Amino acid sequence: MEISNGAFGEFGGMFVPEILVPTLTELAAAFEEALRDPAFMAEFDGLLREYAGRETPLYRCRNLTAGTKATIYLKREDLLHGGAHKTNQVIGQVLLARRMGKTRLIAETGAGQHGVATALAGALFKMRTRVYMGSKDMERQAPNVWRMRLMGTEVMPVETGSRGLKDAINEALRDWSASYEDTHYLLGTVAGPHPFPTMVREFQRVIGREAKRQIMVAEGRLPDAVFACVGGGSNAIGMFADFIDEPSVRLIGAEPAGHGLHTDKHGSTLEKGRPGILHGSYSYVLQDENGQIRESHSISAGLDYPGVGPQHSYLHRTGRAQYIGITDAEALDAFTLLSREEGIIPALESAHALALALKFAMEDKEPRLYVVNLSGRGDKDVDQVMPHIKLEVR
Amino acid sequence: MSGSEKKKGRYARLFARLGEAGEGAFIPFVMLGDPNEGESEAIIETLIESGADALELGMPFSDPIADGPVIQTAANRALEAGITPDDCFRIAANIRSRHEDIPMGLLVYANLLIGRGPESFYERASASGLDSVLVADVPTVEASAFARHALASGIDPVFIVPPNASDDKIREIAGLTKGYAYFLGRAGVTGADREMAAPVSSRVELLKRAGSPPVVIGFGISRPLHVRAAIESGAAGAIAGSATVAIIAENLGDPEKTREEVARFVRVMKSGTRRLG
Repeated sequence: MEISNGAFGEFGGMFVPEILVPTLTELAAAFEEALRDPAFMAEFDGLLREYAGRETPLYRCRNLTAGTKATIYLKREDLLHGGAHKTNQVIGQVLLARRMGKTRLIAETGAGQHGVATALAGALFKMRTRVYMGSKDMERQAPNVWRMRLMGTEVMPVETGSRGLKDAINEALRDWSASYEDTHYLLGTVAGPHPFPTMVREFQRVIGREAKRQIMVAEGRLPDAVFACVGGGSNAIGMFADFIDEPSVRLIGAEPAGHGLHTDKHGSTLEKGRPGILHGSYSYVLQDENGQIRESHSISAGLDYPGVGPQHSYLHRTGRAQYIGITDAEALDAFTLLSREEGIIPALESAHALALALKFAMEDKEPRLYVVNLSGRGDKDVDQVMPHIKLEVR
Repeated sequence: MSGSEKKKGRYARLFARLGEAGEGAFIPFVMLGDPNEGESEAIIETLIESGADALELGMPFSDPIADGPVIQTAANRALEAGITPDDCFRIAANIRSRHEDIPMGLLVYANLLIGRGPESFYERASASGLDSVLVADVPTVEASAFARHALASGIDPVFIVPPNASDDKIREIAGLTKGYAYFLGRAGVTGADREMAAPVSSRVELLKRAGSPPVVIGFGISRPLHVRAAIESGAAGAIAGSATVAIIAENLGDPEKTREEVARFVRVMKSGTRRLG
């Protein structure tokens, strides 16, 4: 594919209706300018510190790795205000929206974490906020719907297609093609048209930057690998970005293998998809032989997406990063295990990353040092997970 | 018809003929395969019999981000009927076999071209008798490879001129678009619920001065007075998508009534293309 804008190798681009191009071009310019503006970056860093609670801890698991030779550190994005890493980049984008004179925010959400983050930013900056959410996701993430509404955000149910994250993005793009004059579309991941994959990465880069500094202080060396879950891929890019140029550090993404990669109920876009155009960029996509987008599946709404950010496609194609599927069942096991062993309830999304790191740890013959991005906390998932996990009552 | 006439292309011949007659073009849009292959082909025949000057035909896609609810639902009906791109090309080829002169444009989303490979997609479009292809999510900035393959296959690549296009962008599109220029009557996605916006004549004029092929206005066109307003703003024609598709949606299960209503709609809309006095 020949790509003019925001290319990651052959991936990326700005594949949107012509009407959105002036808005995206303006956004790209505003973003470039803001990155070089010390006052903007100071306000961004200040809000991350005082409002969102950065830096987040890097915590060494005490019990989880017993019986293995691995040391696992968790980057505690679950402790960030809002309950997930999403808050980082939302603050960056809302500052940018204000700088561009926008007065209204729209966003899509899957698990509801990005919706909640957008809602808190909308409240903080007094912007009218509307979040599109698939009606299927509204059912399985009801507490997050309520949180958004509590903060004054309008939650719009999306009934089209598979009623999930993909369809919510479609609706947000449709809204934006009529509302761009006063509205910023606060896309929640590193997918989408240029400049989103670059912009969201830069606003999430803080995760890996802190983790790198923290692991050097704690262990005096770089980790052997960093792990993160990949739906659209924003927490993974945030963790990977500062390690990409460190060849000794493996970058490993956990994709949602759902019921298993031998079934059609999964969301493993990089392992099972092929390049195509969905939501504005050329990247791997789950699709049928005619190019119709397939429905993905994951127990975790935040990973239930048939596309992926174009930089992940590039890292996959070049072999710099590896992407491996974790099933619903494996994620549930990790969810339970981390709760039991460390007293930390992870988001189902993050449980995929942890499950993958534990798989590596079990097989390692040598001592290894791993960092797992614990991208969100699991409170939102408790209602959904309850029927799947049988607890021994003591 | 002389060889050079034929070489001019169906769009050029149509607009020349209508221009001499002092008329604009009425171009209905339907989704190929909506509500199924057989009825879709019959509906398209009815469009032609009732006076459609050209056809804009959609290829159903699962995630049509430029379309409002009416056309999204039409795509879903076609997909649920099992319609594939091959079926769409077959319907187009059947229509072409019976109607040598009517210009036929295809409206499609990029991923349907990627799967087959743009080169082979345009080849197939050309072999099916289509004249133009508009890729809804490929803007000019990403269009060079698409346009090159289209032209190599004898397909006119059509580009959209949005209402927020700068003067420079309008001049660029005037040079890139072939067959016709698709001018958006308003912002947003397809749909007849919001009418086309106020005067567009200065933008249409700018396109023409920059050497654009004839300008056709779409989005928000649902009544003859919209068609008349489009023609009076200097456009050579008007496209009605959602309003046409809505007739199919309202008469599902009654193919005969669908065709009657579609025929009535085309005749009344066509009447808006004739200049008064």
